[in-house]
Amino acid sequence: MTGAPYDLVVVGGGPAGVAGALTAALAGLRVALLDSGARLGGQYFRHAAVPEREPGLDRFLLQARLLDGRADVLTRHQVWNVSREPGGDLTVHALTRDSSGERPVTLRARRLLIATGAHDRPLPFPGWDLPGVLTAGGAQALLKGGGVLAGRRVVISGTGPFLLPVASGLARAGAAVLGVYEANGGLGLARHPLLALGKAGEAAAYAAALARHRVPYRTRHAVIAAHGEREVEAVTVARLDPDWNVLSTRIVGCDTLAVGYGFVPQIELGTQLGCETRGDPDGSPVLRVDAAQRTSVPGVWAAGEPTGVAGWRQAEVEGRIAGRAIVGEARPIARRGPDGVLLRRRRQWRAFGEALQRAYPVRPGWQSWLRDDTLVCRCEEVPLARVREALELGATDARSVKLLARPGMGWCQGRVCGYAVSCLAGEAPRPPRRPVAQPVTLGALAEAAPEDSPDEAAQ
Amino acid sequence: MTFHITVDGRPVPVVPGQSIGAALHAAGVRSWRTTRFGGRPRGLFCGIGVCFDCLISVNGRPPERACLLEAEPGDEVTTA
Repeated sequence: MTGAPYDLVVVGGGPAGVAGALTAALAGLRVALLDSGARLGGQYFRHAAVPEREPGLDRFLLQARLLDGRADVLTRHQVWNVSREPGGDLTVHALTRDSSGERPVTLRARRLLIATGAHDRPLPFPGWDLPGVLTAGGAQALLKGGGVLAGRRVVISGTGPFLLPVASGLARAGAAVLGVYEANGGLGLARHPLLALGKAGEAAAYAAALARHRVPYRTRHAVIAAHGEREVEAVTVARLDPDWNVLSTRIVGCDTLAVGYGFVPQIELGTQLGCETRGDPDGSPVLRVDAAQRTSVPGVWAAGEPTGVAGWRQAEVEGRIAGRAIVGEARPIARRGPDGVLLRRRRQWRAFGEALQRAYPVRPGWQSWLRDDTLVCRCEEVPLARVREALELGATDARSVKLLARPGMGWCQGRVCGYAVSCLAGEAPRPPRRPVAQPVTLGALAEAAPEDSPDEAAQ
Repeated sequence: MTFHITVDGRPVPVVPGQSIGAALHAAGVRSWRTTRFGGRPRGLFCGIGVCFDCLISVNGRPPERACLLEAEPGDEVTTA
């Protein structure tokens, strides 16, 4: 552990974290930024060593370059816990890997900015654990980060505008995209909600890309089952009613399926510290922040998807607002009033994000796609029948279902199945309780204990 | 520009910067472990380090997430 605490430690190197860190570093604060990836970018600005051109990416890469040298940028660092020391400073526990293997890294911070983004929200359906079935974000990550096509003949299904860039990206890169099946809507691309939200250009670009590659876009349709022995070989595509009950089905042959039903904000570092949460319009728990992006816990800020899913533009704006507020608190003499332009943009993008969440909700009919033997929890291999059994034994919420039937008790700690289990238990998803946000070795845990830390004694 | 890793003794090409998972996927290897109870094949699912489906043993180390682990020249991968 280094001696003096950082003025600010930022967790997450996507648009929110980089904007917040850069704003603080440019004002002279001592800043560290940690990210689990090999390169900055997060999910949206994930890029290969030689990046493709992408809207906003040039600007992001410029910010990342400016940050380098002005802050300690620690990539390949996974933060597993943040705790409060008795003196008031924060301790950030991370793991990193180098040639000698995994080793723990501990930083002290006066302030923390949580910019940990979000991950795909999958729904279970028969066959969803077959190899060749990926999340939409997973297919995108393969393409953007490794230049690898998820498959040759790809079906895309789920809900939300994120399916469109995934489809056009795969088609441009040479995959045959056999169909984009959007469970909501019913209006088609010509009346896509992006249009009503002032994003006509973006909607038109996706529509043009899909048309150019002859990719069918079907609303009120979804993949409700995947079939195959060792890998996915075909999927069942269903026409749906407005509640997502099945009206009719047909089989589509394919080698890959990408699915996504919105996003789960990653807020566990905030809940570890006791930050208050609120429900986003789609029911996801997110961190409650004030006008300056402050959480309810002193010294802890949050920006981007952990405060509500609204996309990369909002993430950058919130990161900048948080950075300015942090500078104002650290250097009262340098305090400036809020930037009206940033505040206006934040209002606009928040409204945009909330409108999209309302336009693309998860409807209850998906539960009728499951069979008794459909795995709900992939890690612990818990089928629907065991979840139902727990409910019949008297479990009244997701937590008691988990204790009885073990969904969410495996490696992913319920990140993948948590939303589905909450829905099956008939409640809104609750804030996560994960005192350890990443798997750590006992050795790393022991080193993290203050009384055992040799560096601590040397200070 | 590319280098190789070995998967069960077979060479698989890697573009520098690719994860083990991306390299395997590109080579057509889409599952590399089986589940404890049902013996079901698993490979990449979330692709960003969240789901742990893609656990794999590299150079004899305990299993790690193939989607996060950058491939390095000479890595030896064993699948189940």
